[in-house]
Amino acid sequence: MTDAEVVTSGAPMLELLSGFIVELREAGLPVSLTEHLDAMEAITHIPLEDRSAFKYALAATLVKNNAHWRSFETVFEVYFSLRGREFAIGDGDGQELPQELQDQLDQMEGQGGDGQMNGAGGGDQMSAEELAEMLYQSLMRGDDAMMRAVARQSVKRFAGMEPGRPVGGTYYLYRTLRNLDLDGILERLMEQSREKSPETLSPLEERLEHDEYEHRINQLKQEIEAEIRRRLVADRGVEAMAKTLRKPLPEDIDFMHASREEMKMLRQAIYPLTRKLAVRLARKRRHGRKGPLDFRNTVRHSLSYGGVPAEPKFKYPRPHKPEIFVVADISGSVASFARFTLHLVYAIANQFSKVRAFVFIDGVDEVTRFFESTEDITEAIHRVNTEADVVWVDGHSDYGHAFEVFWSKWGKDIGPKTTVLILGDARNNYHSSQSWVVKEMQNRARHVYWLNPEPKSYWDTGDSIVGEYGTYCDGTFECRNMRQLEKFVDHLV
Amino acid sequence: MASEDQSFRFDSVDAVRTRLAEVDYLSDEGIAGIVYLADRLQKPILVEGPAGTGKTQLAKSVAEITNSRLIRLQCYEGLDESKALYEWNYKKQLLRIQATKAEGDTAAWDEIEEDIFSDDFLLTRPLLEAIRAEDPVVLLIDEVDRVEVETEALLLEILSDYQVSIPELGTIEARQIPLVFLTSNNTRELSEALKRRCLFLHIDYPDMEREKRIVLTKVPGITESLADQVARIVRSIRQLELKKSPSVSETLDWARTLMLLGISTIDGDIAASTANILLKYQTDIAKAQKEFSNDNSSVAKAGLKG
Repeated sequence: MTDAEVVTSGAPMLELLSGFIVELREAGLPVSLTEHLDAMEAITHIPLEDRSAFKYALAATLVKNNAHWRSFETVFEVYFSLRGREFAIGDGDGQELPQELQDQLDQMEGQGGDGQMNGAGGGDQMSAEELAEMLYQSLMRGDDAMMRAVARQSVKRFAGMEPGRPVGGTYYLYRTLRNLDLDGILERLMEQSREKSPETLSPLEERLEHDEYEHRINQLKQEIEAEIRRRLVADRGVEAMAKTLRKPLPEDIDFMHASREEMKMLRQAIYPLTRKLAVRLARKRRHGRKGPLDFRNTVRHSLSYGGVPAEPKFKYPRPHKPEIFVVADISGSVASFARFTLHLVYAIANQFSKVRAFVFIDGVDEVTRFFESTEDITEAIHRVNTEADVVWVDGHSDYGHAFEVFWSKWGKDIGPKTTVLILGDARNNYHSSQSWVVKEMQNRARHVYWLNPEPKSYWDTGDSIVGEYGTYCDGTFECRNMRQLEKFVDHLV
Repeated sequence: MASEDQSFRFDSVDAVRTRLAEVDYLSDEGIAGIVYLADRLQKPILVEGPAGTGKTQLAKSVAEITNSRLIRLQCYEGLDESKALYEWNYKKQLLRIQATKAEGDTAAWDEIEEDIFSDDFLLTRPLLEAIRAEDPVVLLIDEVDRVEVETEALLLEILSDYQVSIPELGTIEARQIPLVFLTSNNTRELSEALKRRCLFLHIDYPDMEREKRIVLTKVPGITESLADQVARIVRSIRQLELKKSPSVSETLDWARTLMLLGISTIDGDIAASTANILLKYQTDIAKAQKEFSNDNSSVAKAGLKG
């Protein structure tokens, strides 16, 4: 308990906390000074050896937005994974000592390992098959302690971690998971529960079992990740790791380089975002009192004050509802960006008088029909990706041809009320640009905006010709993450 | 501020948890820990989370275990000072003035003024009431995200200093520090000023174990196996991409319905035919029905995903 004594003695804890908060700010979380003070006060009321209470106390005072939780958690894990023995083991029941786990491990080995390895010492001597067997057993029983032990073992064995090697945690995670063959184990677990049940499983039961095991496997993955993180921190120190492991806030995730997991987070984040945006826009409409004085109405109301115009009335401005044409490049690299923008635009479609969507790669197709036929935006976007007819020759972006076709087919529909949004990185594979189309659009439409998911420093490098198109647009915007996209949409309405 | 020797409501995090459990509110570590902290730090709690996860219920339960009166302020667009804080009872004031005139009383104007701006003519609204209460109270400011940003400012003085300033009367300080809960459905970003003054608690859908226990406590007579099945199916449904995931209250409604129908085990058909209790959108219901009554193809697909 020497560590705990150090911790409670005050100064080091405050210093540690300050470092922690600096790192939170680095990760993008807005932590104010008062919140810092609150956190310091909060932890004086919490028993420090209770790791999860400690974590919640910090979270309640420092994190005021649920979307930031993941970033907080990562920093927390890094910062407090090695501080003192009582923090050494993950999660709330972090009271057991590693020794106990080791014993348990030996025990399990005795049961699971077919007897041939009787009396063997620690888990180090286990064969890969035995480890797999243990993994299978622990998943089947949903035994947390055992799962944790297996996670430790497998990291030790498979991750091949070398001290001082400057690779990130994901590399080790990948190596560990590759060796564990979790998909195969899931199959086996399913087989086993099929056999165990007296009659054949109904689809519902099957699904439930499947979800249950998947849930456990996810837990295991988290354990493994935590273990790797712990080892990395031990090896390279807190500050260095905090920097490498730093996870961007959902609104800062780059559309073009999002990992699969981040994509999922983005998808989850977009729904509340659109809802918020819609509410905000609707409110802005209702409360915009910038209209001129409504003389007639004012006089009418002045009667109740004996002819004194005590309560001036204003004309409500007729909000201008633009017509939106979204023209989106959906070729590989920028597809996800187009998807999010379409999602966002359609979610707030009632702010516009009309929304039409077009997608292109080297051919161009109108996809408004997919959105009209269903309420479910996700499904519509899925259909856009699978059914739209956008390939003309080889399926490589050809902005020039796409624009030309667009102009000849739908150009006449663009009117003075229309706002055209063009989404894409303008990487034209050195085809001709046909930028006259954009120029024509600008002449006819109210506004033409170009949204580019690439960082500004990459514009006009290589085959990117956004500058050429940009001269004919009313604005070119860098739109790399949710924050920028949201800002643009706000500007648009 | 209240006197320093104010005794705290709770002794430890575990005490919060067990006492909440006594009134059938099953908390988890985070919830209990933050309620405990709020009591110690004398700070309000901002509770956020999807609808129907027991945000309001938490405030009610805490009021119950601390034997406090619950004062509730329901927020809505257009809520203003006179509905939230206080209002002068101007009818009564008028009467008072007229009465003076009728009696031919020549009392000095100063006197009357002092009289009509006194406690007798003050209508207290929830916030002021909570501040002035002698008995322990829990103040619940429900759905605070519905008021406009400007109106939020009304709350700031109360939340940080537990006092209300009334120009005619001066500042009224709290006689005891009430436990304050603010709930938000997160339809808009609350102002930094408000967030900074609160402890933040996000209540998400409960995990399977907790949901099962909630079903067991809240639905009398339900069997363990049925509760387990209910919780597992709801968890599966929440993994689908839906417009609105089923909330805890909908889970409970569903469990009660199954009880009424006298069902002891759920199969695919029953799940599909009663899905309309869990889900409120036609597209969601269709999706869930497809998932549950289909053959193994959907499972196989899910397997590929995982």
